[in-house]
Amino acid sequence: MLDFQAMISAIGPELLLALAGLAGVLAGAYMGDRFNGLSFKLGAATLLLAALVVIMNWEGGEAFGGLVTTTPFVNFAKCISFVAGAVTLLMAEGFLKRHETIRYEYPLLVIFASLGMGIILSASNLMTLYMGIETLSLSSYVLASFHRDSIRSSEAGLKYFVLGALASGILLYGISLVYGFTGSTDYGDIASSERTIGLVFGMVLMISGMAFKVSAAPMHVWTPDVYEGAPSPVVAFFATAPKMASMVVFANLLFTAFSGVFEDWQMIIAIIATLSMLIGAFGALIQSNLKRLLGYSSIANMGYALVAVAAGAEYGAAALLVFMTSYVIASIGLFGGVLSMRREGGMVESIDELAGLVRRRTGLALALTILVISVSGFPLAVGFIGKIVVFQAGWNAGLLPLLIVLVLSSVLAFGYYLRIILVMWVKEPVERFQPVGSTVALSVYAAAAACLVLFVFASPFLEWATQASAGFIQ
Amino acid sequence: MELIAFYILAAIVTVSAVAVIAAKNPVHSVLWLITAFFTSAGLLVLIGAEFLAMLLVVVYVGAVAVLFLFVVMMLDVDFVELKQGTLGYWPFAALVGVAFAAEIALVTFARSAAGDEINAKPGAATNAEAIGQVMYTEYLLLFQMSGIILLVAMIGAIVLTLRHKPHVKRQNIAKQTARTRKDAIRRIDVESGKGL
Amino acid sequence: MTEIERFALDYLPVILFLGLGVILSLLFIIGAAILAPSNPDPEKNSAYECGFNAFDDARMKFDVRFYLVAILFIIFDLEVAFLFPWAVSLGTIGVFGFWSMVVFLGVLTVGFIYEWRRGALEWE
Repeated sequence: MLDFQAMISAIGPELLLALAGLAGVLAGAYMGDRFNGLSFKLGAATLLLAALVVIMNWEGGEAFGGLVTTTPFVNFAKCISFVAGAVTLLMAEGFLKRHETIRYEYPLLVIFASLGMGIILSASNLMTLYMGIETLSLSSYVLASFHRDSIRSSEAGLKYFVLGALASGILLYGISLVYGFTGSTDYGDIASSERTIGLVFGMVLMISGMAFKVSAAPMHVWTPDVYEGAPSPVVAFFATAPKMASMVVFANLLFTAFSGVFEDWQMIIAIIATLSMLIGAFGALIQSNLKRLLGYSSIANMGYALVAVAAGAEYGAAALLVFMTSYVIASIGLFGGVLSMRREGGMVESIDELAGLVRRRTGLALALTILVISVSGFPLAVGFIGKIVVFQAGWNAGLLPLLIVLVLSSVLAFGYYLRIILVMWVKEPVERFQPVGSTVALSVYAAAAACLVLFVFASPFLEWATQASAGFIQ
Repeated sequence: MELIAFYILAAIVTVSAVAVIAAKNPVHSVLWLITAFFTSAGLLVLIGAEFLAMLLVVVYVGAVAVLFLFVVMMLDVDFVELKQGTLGYWPFAALVGVAFAAEIALVTFARSAAGDEINAKPGAATNAEAIGQVMYTEYLLLFQMSGIILLVAMIGAIVLTLRHKPHVKRQNIAKQTARTRKDAIRRIDVESGKGL
Repeated sequence: MTEIERFALDYLPVILFLGLGVILSLLFIIGAAILAPSNPDPEKNSAYECGFNAFDDARMKFDVRFYLVAILFIIFDLEVAFLFPWAVSLGTIGVFGFWSMVVFLGVLTVGFIYEWRRGALEWE
């Protein structure tokens, strides 16, 4: 009755994560607080192992009667998401230990969230998509308010929950309309059904729901508040793994299920992308809190990624993978930077606290500079490659107005990125940061190094992404 | 006959739904919500979806409404004060309402590919049986995923709300029953004239 | 026998039960309204608090533990809801369906063990 071979090649990593999560819950139940320290390492190891399983089953396959279908395109995203999850999990340990909130539930929730990401990436049925999104969201809400004694963390969790539940509802309403008008929830059946007004209505509602999950404008309002309020390692996780997964799922949904109504959604995505780029760039200009600034920066970056989506599957798929990967790498490093801003008496988050960092901690300042350059899309780091391929995708698809906005907002964005660099290099130094754990420092340096290495050896990276999305080119 | 029953039930649902948002006392709102849930269950029975009707009564009336009551009780909010200024939102609310009404009209009037006939129990004696025949086999993955979601909800609820107060004396029944005379009683031979 | 008659017959116990409930409750309310003496005055209607005026609102905050119990109850309530269609269709879905449910219950049992060991079921 069950085809284990097909199951493993389609959702092998998710099965691994589910089993590891259950084992973790049991281990926590029996070992109690003794499991706290160990759980973070085991959790990260599990996620890395899951990434390895993804690579071993690169070609993917179909299982459960078409409920899940895995392709190299989504496997690419799975791989990056799981690794990002593992790195941010390791970075979290020191922070939580210092705040005395280290509990084994944290890695368990990250594992279940990653399970949700894997499921939505594999989904080829709207019901699977919805179940995966709920698993991911539910874990995320809890993670956002993990510091339950802090008012800001609870507020972040509550805001995220209320708005997220609304977005889930809208998504579900869209799914039910699509099902009602096509008679199926299977991606393939939806793609081959004729275009009806109900299908378009449902699709628009689904796009609204998904736009919330990737924090694209105008569904972005939660992002700065949650980024500012939630504990920093949680935000580091939110900004990387789920972003990558949700964005690729969004693209995968549009490219496969709604390939028949391409003209209808291209316009909507183009509008969302334009709004996100502008709101992200202008919003970030006036921020003084680094986490809030990174929140607006992520909105703008989601706008750039959506340009690749609007370019369509043929041109945009590979560009999306390249851009999102470069964004995830830079984000990991930048949030590592946020985590290392610690003084006597607690964490600081204001940009001015970075003043003169180059004279106090030269290595950290250098690494952060490289990361900021990368995320701003300036040459010398991989972010540049990401922006170039997105631009190229838009160009090939003939989206000239979008490209103008992209360039303008990139220039605008460079203004506030430059401010961070200037503060670090020119301003009079302030008090030195407390030393951070080696994992955080190592992640910052590794991310910066990855930015440079992938810039120099861009062609194998581009080749890999192109091969992964070869399935979309007829 | 069926039509009359439908209109009576539909009218009650609509009235109680309006009462939910119009009631001054939030506890009354929850009670009206229960009426709305219960009557909707009646509507589901009318179209032959008995299982969904049962779920609505067991899960929503039985558990969710109780949870709502707890939440209403738990919040330390002056609801009269909270309600002031709510009217300022009505243009936005009206917009959302019109959009939803338009969508429902769309669904009702447009022809769907699945056919116009709604069949709540395809090829089975009851609605519950029809669901059972596919949910545990064909949709195994989704069924197990729902188990995982429930598990995450459990962990989440405990992570966010459970806290152990220190210095609270708890009863440990296992320890109590395992206690023997040897653990509890100590015999001391007191030498005469020395005291303890 | 027409469709609607069969439907009514299927639901006869439910209809009888509902009817009895409505009639009985109406009887008591109307009976009380007609028979009971009622001479309200402001003093009678005000809250009685040991001779003092009421200090504050009768509503008070509930402990968050009630909420935890309610949410854990909902989860197991849903688990039970999944058992109904399973029970009536077990004949057709066979051994595979049986083990499918066993795995599902296993996952929730893991959660139950966690709850128990974490002390969420204790009331301090």
